[in-house]
Amino acid sequence: MKVLVALKRVIDYNVKIRVKPDHSDVDLTNVKMAMNPFCEIAVEEAVRLKEAGVATEVVAVTVGPKAAQEQLRTALALGADRAIHVDTSVQTDAPVESLAAAKLLAKVVDAEQPGLTILGKQAIDSDNNQVGQMLAALTGRPQGTFASEVVVDGGTGEERLKVTREIDGGLQTVALPLPAIVTTDLRLNEPRYAKLPDIMKAKKKPLDTQTPDELGVSVSSGLKRIRVEPPAERQGGVKVGSVDELVDKLKNEAQAL
Amino acid sequence: MSILVLAEHHDGQLAEATAHVVAAAQQIGGDIDVLVAGENVGTIAEAAARLDGVTKVRVADHAVYAHQLAEPLGGLLVSLADDYSHVLAAASTTGKNVMPRLAALKDVSQISEIIAVESADTFKRPIYAGNAIATVQSEDALKVITVRATAFDAVGEGADAGVEAVDTVVDNALSSFVGEQLAQSDRPELGAAKVVISGGRGMGNGENFKLLEGVADKLGAAIGASRAAVDAGFVPNDMQVGQTGKIVAPELYIAVGISGAIQHLAGMKDSRVIVAINKDEEAPIFQVADYGLVANLFEALPELEQKL
Ligand SMILES: Cc1cc2nc3c(=O)[nH]c(=O)nc-3n(C[C@H](O)[C@H](O)[C@H](O)COP(=O)(O)OP(=O)(O)OC[C@H]3O[C@@H](n4cnc5c(N)ncnc54)[C@H](O)[C@@H]3O)c2cc1C
Ligand SMILES: Nc1ncnc2c1ncn2[C@@H]1O[C@H](COP(=O)(O)O)[C@@H](O)[C@H]1O
Repeated sequence: MKVLVALKRVIDYNVKIRVKPDHSDVDLTNVKMAMNPFCEIAVEEAVRLKEAGVATEVVAVTVGPKAAQEQLRTALALGADRAIHVDTSVQTDAPVESLAAAKLLAKVVDAEQPGLTILGKQAIDSDNNQVGQMLAALTGRPQGTFASEVVVDGGTGEERLKVTREIDGGLQTVALPLPAIVTTDLRLNEPRYAKLPDIMKAKKKPLDTQTPDELGVSVSSGLKRIRVEPPAERQGGVKVGSVDELVDKLKNEAQAL
Repeated sequence: MSILVLAEHHDGQLAEATAHVVAAAQQIGGDIDVLVAGENVGTIAEAAARLDGVTKVRVADHAVYAHQLAEPLGGLLVSLADDYSHVLAAASTTGKNVMPRLAALKDVSQISEIIAVESADTFKRPIYAGNAIATVQSEDALKVITVRATAFDAVGEGADAGVEAVDTVVDNALSSFVGEQLAQSDRPELGAAKVVISGGRGMGNGENFKLLEGVADKLGAAIGASRAAVDAGFVPNDMQVGQTGKIVAPELYIAVGISGAIQHLAGMKDSRVIVAINKDEEAPIFQVADYGLVANLFEALPELEQKL
């Protein structure tokens, strides 16, 4: 079975972001970029499926600017066999919206026909949590979102997937026929780090570039970002010296008890 | 304008979140229909009909909708969406699972987790774990929106809207329900509790969460956790507060043995009053806490329980 992993280049999750003074966007100049943490988990899951002999090939794909090839190389170093870059810089400098990303990924799914496609549940820049579900809807494939466990259940010929999902009330398990779409939650696995020899080897693995025009998709969006502001600053409060003082302040000053 | 709100419900009860989403719909303005989809949801529909501001409740009562699986529920929403300018759902795991399907199948963007309505087409939403707030405007004919429940005050009850059946049954050959493990608790639901007390890695182990329970009992509080506490196996995942867990905004939030990573703050910094108990006086949590107590939690918690 072929496994496709979709990944996004985002700001490193440790970086404290700044809003541009003109309120047009977040300032990304000279900011450390990285693979979205949920996508690292997606890559790890795919690589483990290959190591377990379930996956025969792991293909990594990203939609974004040229620089996003760095994250594809990371995926190749982590064990993906080849990569596809859908280069959006030919149409726009702006980051692509989730719907456009999903449409482009749907074209890649059509062409590659993976048995399983794994995405992160959410990109930590837009915090959208949309693309996997949109991709499933557009391709007519079943979805198992927010996965904390994925089991490929071979059994009696008909391959299917059992996905345990993290839901608000606890956990839910669904069964999906293949081909299917899965999005990862944090507890699905703990991603490995790339080793230096693997990083060297990754440079030689195939990386194919396509454009939205070739795929017949426009990345324009009906959603405009008109202003970006920092959140209301919370004033740091006071330190209290004892539990007594805390209880007193909560009762009499904050009226929170 | 007319708005469809997807009702959130669990265990045969209308969830609190629905009243918050209806409040967001009221700010957009127009007729508000509520869709209740599930199996044996008659009493849930009655509860939805009592929410102030609701024009009509539409009920799709069928086994295919029993577990709120995304494929049939999404298909149902697609079949109804042409009657509406906006479709809203809570930014719950159900809303997040299904709404992007509606958006994609209608070829429109989804606006995720709004926290304010500026006008019928312009909304505010947090990005980058709440470290920036974006104002976005949608030119799409249909607006597909998920709503952060804690950002809107719930509407009251007292209305008596009409209830009508929706007969559409969307076949689902794609996914099937296998089972679920739901947390059992007598405590208030995290998202709706007036007081939340959360423990982090500093709690040391799951057994020590008993110390939090003692305080929570006195305050009628819900108990939450940081991701580190969940990852370490101290408590189950449904207790996680943060960017990728639950968003809470209670009257009082007490963070115990939690350092205050931005991903955690994203889930609780809109609480009215924040208390932090941490033995490290440099911990970033103190920068957002109204009251910080630098102390060993193993001493502070029993004393707090006793003095409340
Ligand atoms: C993509 C992504 C998403 C994430 N989403 C979330 C999320 O939704 N929610 C979340 O919480 N985290 C999330 N995280 C993790 C987050 O970055 C932090 O790792 C996590 O919040 C740390 O948890 P903690 O504060 O309990 O642990 P630590 O950072 O280890 O802090 C433990 C604290 O306990 C204190 N302590 C220890 N012993 C005692 C004692 N005896 N008495 C008093 N204090 C004591 C220490 O001083 C320390 O400050 C996410 C991370 C990533 C990468
Ligand atoms: N530009 C992109 N290229 C490839 N994959 C993406 C892109 N944007 C989002 N995704 C995938 O979809 C997931 C969810 O993203 P989002 O819905 O935008 O929060 C991410 O974790 C990725 O796996």
